[in-house]
Amino acid sequence: MARDAEIRLREKLAKLGGVSLLRGTKVSGEVERLQRQLERLRAETTDEDIWRSVELARHEDRPYTPDYVERILEDWFELHGDRGRADDAALVTGLGKLAGRTVALIGHQKGRDIKERTERNFGMAYPEGYGKAMRVMELADRHGFPVVTLVDTPGAYPGVAAEQHGQGGAIARSQAVMARLGVPTVACIIGEGGSGGAVAIALADRVLMQENAIYSVISPEGCAAILWRDASQARKAAAAFKPDAVHCLELGVIDGIVPEPPGGAHADPDGAARLLGEALALALDDVAGIPPDELRRRRRAKFRAMGVLA
Amino acid sequence: MSSSRIDVSIEHKNAPASPDGKAHPNTCPGCGSHYRDDELEASLRVCPQCGHHFPVHARERIAQLADEGSFAEEAAELRSADPLDFFDLRPYAERLVEAEAATGLGDAMVIGRAAIEGLPCELAVMDFSFMGGSMGSVTGEKFARACESAVEAGLPIVSVSASGGARMQEGILALMQLPKTVCAVEDLRDAGCALISVMAHPTTGGLLASFASLGDVLIAEPGALMSFAGPRVVAQTTREKLPDDFGRAEQNLRFGHLDAVVPRPELRATLGRLLRLFAKA
Repeated sequence: MARDAEIRLREKLAKLGGVSLLRGTKVSGEVERLQRQLERLRAETTDEDIWRSVELARHEDRPYTPDYVERILEDWFELHGDRGRADDAALVTGLGKLAGRTVALIGHQKGRDIKERTERNFGMAYPEGYGKAMRVMELADRHGFPVVTLVDTPGAYPGVAAEQHGQGGAIARSQAVMARLGVPTVACIIGEGGSGGAVAIALADRVLMQENAIYSVISPEGCAAILWRDASQARKAAAAFKPDAVHCLELGVIDGIVPEPPGGAHADPDGAARLLGEALALALDDVAGIPPDELRRRRRAKFRAMGVLA
Repeated sequence: MSSSRIDVSIEHKNAPASPDGKAHPNTCPGCGSHYRDDELEASLRVCPQCGHHFPVHARERIAQLADEGSFAEEAAELRSADPLDFFDLRPYAERLVEAEAATGLGDAMVIGRAAIEGLPCELAVMDFSFMGGSMGSVTGEKFARACESAVEAGLPIVSVSASGGARMQEGILALMQLPKTVCAVEDLRDAGCALISVMAHPTTGGLLASFASLGDVLIAEPGALMSFAGPRVVAQTTREKLPDDFGRAEQNLRFGHLDAVVPRPELRATLGRLLRLFAKA
């Protein structure tokens, strides 16, 4: 399995090597970092590395969706509301230009200070948030705009009203809409990819993860509380279910890892944004020009193959 | 099965608790009535006194719904691998072996071709007693194969879910069974095949957030818990007092997330009617 991941990284390196010739020196930094990743992969990810990812993914200074939007997109115009009931601030949606083309962007937003965090509900969306996301995806589909999603949520909000408004169904339908889109889609986990609330907007042609992001079926604390009956065993739980980017790549869940500046994305938001913008544009190039039916077929086939059988 | 275990023919309050202190599985949590296993089987595992719906194993459910002798199982040979070498208090591999020994099933779902009231369909039935009905790679694979089998034959599919959600022991791969089953449903829709989703107690977490919510028709059994987050998690996170019927089928019907709550004795006839309605002329 580690070998597969290594091959995939090598392929990507080869591809990037070629691209750097065409586009000057811009991506050479990424090549270097991918090579570093390759070395790390060979060195085997340790439990400490995994926990470091968990901490960095949740770092309070980590760049969020709006930090990337303002650095990566031009002519950004935010779209508000689900056209039914509410505007969920935990999910940001809008239109902007990424490397010259109009894209629809959908991303979680946790909020920076305590006031904003309360407004944004710590990035935990209600069904209305997924309703807004679906509306914007359909808008993009009508106009042929690629869809870019940035995933950063502890999970969909577990509350009485959220359940009454149909949280489970909203997450299911949001995935269904993504499975049906005829436009290219790229998702990137930029922090916490927490369970259903994350995958709701991550059924994409290309799924990327930032180097220090995590993507998991449950939070380490939640897993520890259920399986170890002790939430303080979170570190042990994380080591067991391996939510880090390298393991997700190994398991075939993601298509690539987006490097971060040394020390993590929060140490150099501009550098992190540049690397993310390049990776998103490359991923979109990768799936551009494929006819809608073929694009859908390939997207579904990719997810159809996920899982390991005995 | 255990017909000689407790020799009472009518309900019996305060039945003996099992050694671990839990109520006997044949004691009704609704009214305390106690039944022999054959009595419960005859009543479709619905309490004759208060209407409580006991859990139903996958094979018994299939026997309840499908025409006699019509069921032909598919993909019975599939077994889970342990891609993460997962170890909590016990190894995942050990839990799998134990679950199979206890239930006689290879995973938490049984699929196959059947007929209901003479109408052919594909069945995908979950079993809560196999690791809480949790959805892992095999569960998702079986559902996807059931969809493909339905598409190939141009038949509708009836799913019966009973699951706590994604199987944590398979980590991120368990989460990926959500998009996998969603993609299978989308292929089903493209082929014009209907999905009738029956939600038994409980249908929560990743199940509610994937194929179970995507049926053309959504049905639940009375009292079935259908919530994305469990009541305990919601209560802990929000410190709100939960309504008595929080996440229950009846509440979901009121809020518009369900087409019908159908008591088990009427389920077979209801499915028969729906299959007639969806049958291609």
